[in-house]
Amino acid sequence: MMLPTASKKETSAGAGWGRVETRSFQLPKPHRLRGGAVLAEPVVAYETYGKLSPGKDNAVLICHALSGDAHVAGFHAGEDKPGWWDRMIGPGRAFDTDRFFVVCSNVLGGCRGSTGPASLDPATGKPYGLKFPLVTIADMVDVQKRLIDFLGIKKLLAVAGGSMGGMQVLQWGVSYPESVAALIPIAAAARHTALQIAFNEVGRQAVMSDPDWRGGDYYGRKAPARGLALARMVGHITYLSEKSMERKFGRLRRRKANGRGFTEEFEVEGYLRFKGGHFVKRFDANTYLYLTRAIDHFDLSAERPLVEVFRALSRHRLLAIAFSSDWLYPPVQSKEIVKAAKLNGADVTYCEITADYGHDAFLLEDVEQSRVISRFLEVTYRKNT
Amino acid sequence: MRPREIKPPSRVDNQIIASLIPPGSRVLDLGCGEGDLLDLLVREKNVSASGVEIDEEAIYKCVEKGLSVSRLDIDSGLDDYPDGFFDFVIFNQVLEQILYPRRALLQGLRVGRKAVVGFPNFCHFSIRRKIMFKGRVPVTPVLPYSWYDSPNLHFLSIKDFLEFCRAENIQIEKKFFLADGRRIRFLPNLRAQKAILLLNRP
Repeated sequence: MMLPTASKKETSAGAGWGRVETRSFQLPKPHRLRGGAVLAEPVVAYETYGKLSPGKDNAVLICHALSGDAHVAGFHAGEDKPGWWDRMIGPGRAFDTDRFFVVCSNVLGGCRGSTGPASLDPATGKPYGLKFPLVTIADMVDVQKRLIDFLGIKKLLAVAGGSMGGMQVLQWGVSYPESVAALIPIAAAARHTALQIAFNEVGRQAVMSDPDWRGGDYYGRKAPARGLALARMVGHITYLSEKSMERKFGRLRRRKANGRGFTEEFEVEGYLRFKGGHFVKRFDANTYLYLTRAIDHFDLSAERPLVEVFRALSRHRLLAIAFSSDWLYPPVQSKEIVKAAKLNGADVTYCEITADYGHDAFLLEDVEQSRVISRFLEVTYRKNT
Repeated sequence: MRPREIKPPSRVDNQIIASLIPPGSRVLDLGCGEGDLLDLLVREKNVSASGVEIDEEAIYKCVEKGLSVSRLDIDSGLDDYPDGFFDFVIFNQVLEQILYPRRALLQGLRVGRKAVVGFPNFCHFSIRRKIMFKGRVPVTPVLPYSWYDSPNLHFLSIKDFLEFCRAENIQIEKKFFLADGRRIRFLPNLRAQKAILLLNRP
């Protein structure tokens, strides 16, 4: 079995953060979503690393992607796998916890500690299921803003994230421009395209066509694991590139493959099955539906051209990073972000990193990302203090 | 994206260009390489600087200098800006490497109120002599490449460029002709290895 860590490189710098635990913040008041629905007692799961400076001017918010969570770095007690972006966050790393106070929270609608469709509806005492209201990227950011207020941070030094995290980054600039100095969208898009929606829809159909899904009402029963695993397999193909798949798997056969039927024969099949099977152990199928829907609805330029939407960014710094082989969120979408920010006079840097890993490069290519992010943060800090 | 050869920084060129740019200007450096000129402009002229460069490693070097740069193609990157968005657009040692120099220059003079252009003079007498007596395209310190691995797509003389400016109604505000790092005025098309010009459109 090829393990998912097979292609990972050594950590670029510094020792890791060490032990960390996820905390919970319950919003003090009911929270109204942009669509009008009200959540009575929403909870946000979050982790922090480093120390908030006395001037509270060194806070950086990390936003996670579809399958991520608040556990971005360090180790949970009893676990030997670090957080999902551990190589970027820690003492001496790109987001240097000796200098910056790093915050990461699980998104609204998630299933890793924050309120989502698997949470109990206070009105009924049962899990929400499909009664959970639709959430948007803007709703996720609104809740993050409440968390940041709770932590006593008036203005974030930077918000950073890849993929769906990059969408939240852009939304921060639009919803709360006065509360953030710099934006770091990575492998992101300001508008979800038909191709991107299409892949999400295949994933959702896979979940919903699993008989165990039962219209979203499967809590306390057998979860729609086969549907969710299939959705994850499709997703994974879009996160890779032809080149990385060819190099990693080629036409390699599994050891026990007999080549006669439809059992696992090629290594790439084994890899996808492993990824799918692994995913269902830690992810809720309804959350998969809600988050992919939130991503599909994301279109900053729905009502006005992006350049007008970014009007408030004239004094912001922006570092956009894209990857050459990312065909799911291709560099051209980052260039649109860069163009609209530049036209508003924002202080913009755009790095297209040459990498073979496809969309997944944002999680894997830490050397080049570290180089640009660490320096960008340093300069941002100098210019803002 | 085409590969691009990054030329070593020239202090003389950079100092001349910096002398043309008033403090606090908004500057776009096209083909900014590793950012030595932009760095000088930021430190000494406090300009609002951005750069465009196609070479990945050069982009990282720029970011390490604290500069704001974008990895983009010059041939396609200018159309989006409105007229006069920048005070200065700089084309230093880059016109000879881009696909459509005329188009880029005219766009540069549209999005910038003024443009600074620096290029090697292909009709310097040492080049003429080598072509005349050796019958070969010369490899010189200013044009140090053999034909088969040169990043340079276009070769032009000072005379060619001045004629181009006349034809396109581009005004030349200042001219600097350099021979061995010193400014010369007499017979530049024969004696100068490089030219730096400050341009605008009336």
